[in-house]
Amino acid sequence: MKKTSRLFVLALALALVAVMAFPAASPQPAQAQGGSVLDQVLARGSLNCGVNGQLPGFGYLDTNTSEWSGLDVDFCRAIAAALFGEVTPENLIFVPTTAQERFTAVQTGTVDVLLRNATWTLQRDTELGLDLGPVVFYDGQGLMVRADSGATTAADLGGASICTLTGTTTALNISELMGSLGLEYELVVFEQASQTIAALEEGRCDALTSDRSQLASLRTTAADPGAYIILDDVISKEPLAPAYIETDAKWANVVSWVVYATIQAEEFGITQADVDSFLTSEDPAIQRFLGVGENVSGTLLGLDNDFVVNVIRAVGNYGEIYERNVGPNTPLALDRGINNLWTNGGLIYAPAWR
Amino acid sequence: MSYSPPAPINRPGHVPVPFWRDIRFIQIFLQIAFLVVVIVAGYTLLHNLVTNLEKSNLPIDFGMFERPFGTQISEGQMDFDPGSSSNIEAMRAGLQNTMRVVVIGLIGATILGVLVGIGRLSTNFLVRQISMVYVEIFRNTPLLVQLYFIYRGMLRLTLPENLKDSYKLPGPIYINRRAVNFPLIEGTDTAELFYIALGIGLTLGIALWWWRLRVQEQTGRPAYTLRFFLGAVLIFSGAGWLLSGGPFSVDYPRLERFNFVGGDRLSAEYLTLTLGLILYTAAFIADIVRAGIQAVPYGQIEAARAQGFSSGQTLRLIVLPQALRLIIPPLGNQYLNLAKNSSLGIAIGFFDVYNVANEISNQTGQSVVIFATMMAIYLSISLFISLVMNTVNYLMRTRTR
Repeated sequence: MKKTSRLFVLALALALVAVMAFPAASPQPAQAQGGSVLDQVLARGSLNCGVNGQLPGFGYLDTNTSEWSGLDVDFCRAIAAALFGEVTPENLIFVPTTAQERFTAVQTGTVDVLLRNATWTLQRDTELGLDLGPVVFYDGQGLMVRADSGATTAADLGGASICTLTGTTTALNISELMGSLGLEYELVVFEQASQTIAALEEGRCDALTSDRSQLASLRTTAADPGAYIILDDVISKEPLAPAYIETDAKWANVVSWVVYATIQAEEFGITQADVDSFLTSEDPAIQRFLGVGENVSGTLLGLDNDFVVNVIRAVGNYGEIYERNVGPNTPLALDRGINNLWTNGGLIYAPAWR
Repeated sequence: MSYSPPAPINRPGHVPVPFWRDIRFIQIFLQIAFLVVVIVAGYTLLHNLVTNLEKSNLPIDFGMFERPFGTQISEGQMDFDPGSSSNIEAMRAGLQNTMRVVVIGLIGATILGVLVGIGRLSTNFLVRQISMVYVEIFRNTPLLVQLYFIYRGMLRLTLPENLKDSYKLPGPIYINRRAVNFPLIEGTDTAELFYIALGIGLTLGIALWWWRLRVQEQTGRPAYTLRFFLGAVLIFSGAGWLLSGGPFSVDYPRLERFNFVGGDRLSAEYLTLTLGLILYTAAFIADIVRAGIQAVPYGQIEAARAQGFSSGQTLRLIVLPQALRLIIPPLGNQYLNLAKNSSLGIAIGFFDVYNVANEISNQTGQSVVIFATMMAIYLSISLFISLVMNTVNYLMRTRTR
């Protein structure tokens, strides 16, 4: 009797396993279940934004105050504000990712959007199953060395040990550059940006290669930032852009037009402080942009019609985001350069708001 | 668990047991049901994976192994050409680095582990205490923490930063934060002659050894095996050396602008990972060895002493051969751990096969293929180690008649 009852329990357990396994037999990808990421995020009531966490100026978690800051972080806030009206700790969840796991996080839906100083490349846009854009920061790869090393250009680095990050385009670019210069070198590849600057400081490497903005950012974390110089060489184009899952045009539109909104706001001269005064503007272009009156703006994207107002209230315009995080008055002290508005000779440009 | 179903009762009027309560039926039915569940679950998972990957525009693609890797691999194979080497070649270079760590790690951990294990049972108070402290520290802290500690704390922050200040050992061997640079002995064109002579010397030496043992067995005269062996080897290799006119040339490391050039080097990352794995695994092996030795009945040791064996002879001839049978199975587990733990090298920037795979996965997005390959590679390494250990275990078994 005891034997049969045990067998009965076993059969029950097996039946349970079978019942649990079978509903999965008709696989439903995330797309089919909840439609666009936009619908999922709105239903969930929170945005998962993949960020860096260790890169001051772009995505940095201050371990003393638990405050997130940075250009990428502000764009996360802008998207959250566009979706939910305002940014709260509940509706915007920052997900710190390493360089090598960041795209998998997007592919698997762990993050809804990735704003982690990721370079927009052909291969990532196609093979990785991602869509990228628009560019939030135009960068280029550079090299940082000790000021007393005497090196002034990449060609001086023959025989040097060069540190970089794993899983980045920078490792590929430096290998290609040194190969074309015909120079011997040692490449030391770390998983974390903080390890690369430590390696340079502690003498494991002679040079550190990364995007120039990252180098400036990492330099601020060094014990003696003045001891390092960034060489003038720009060895690659690194347009940094948000990344999100491919084949979701609705979500791509939301991310894109939130970024464009900050750019257009700067062009109109609308700032975080005085956005409310523009609500009564007589200018039809500004009325259209802010979605006031009978104009259609955000509803076309599936957002609140006046989402632009929420975005600007939360983070300000592109220029303000730039100045706050990486501009001349920050430790990174990066000039606007090509990241200025097109009207000021830069590359920052938003399509027509109509 | 011996259960035999009762013989069917064929009394008239007896109601037979319904088949769903028949133990013979239930047993077969359950096995079939279990098989079906396993197959359905496996198929579902695989189907789910493939469908979802295709939906996300990431079809499984083995062709990416042929594509160029693009990134320099400075560890180990210094002539790795990132421009022309494919991903599969990069994996091979990475696997080579992994094996360099695993093989040296296994040997080092075994030697250190046995020494410490014996040390824990030493009659010398100091040796016993040091062994105990070592085992407790390394066994009870995470390996990742130890690796960081060795890499940053021990190698990086204590060794000379400026290469000009490198510690210089005879050789010359230079030790600094980046690497240990040492002279590389390379065979010249005539080196083959020397190798042949050395081979003849070794063969003859072994033959002589065997012959002297036979002589000793038959006549009881001292064998002097080692003297005969070394004599044969030295005479032939010496002759080969002279004939080839110096078979080796030495490539010395010299400091250039940024790094030492020439000779060979062991990078800080390689040394950290190998040393870390040895220290960590040896702590476990030490405890296994101690347990194995303590499991040998004390009467054996007393008997050996009574027969006039010295304590060294007791250990070597009586205790260890018996302890070994108990030590080998758990030792195999530690070897497997060491091989698998070598993948932690990525934390300190060591370019092993796991690091290379990560890089490829990142560049191509084929994480499923890459990590399946990774599992296959580590599985092969582990199964090979298991095979060797099982064979050793079989050979070491107690012979019973």
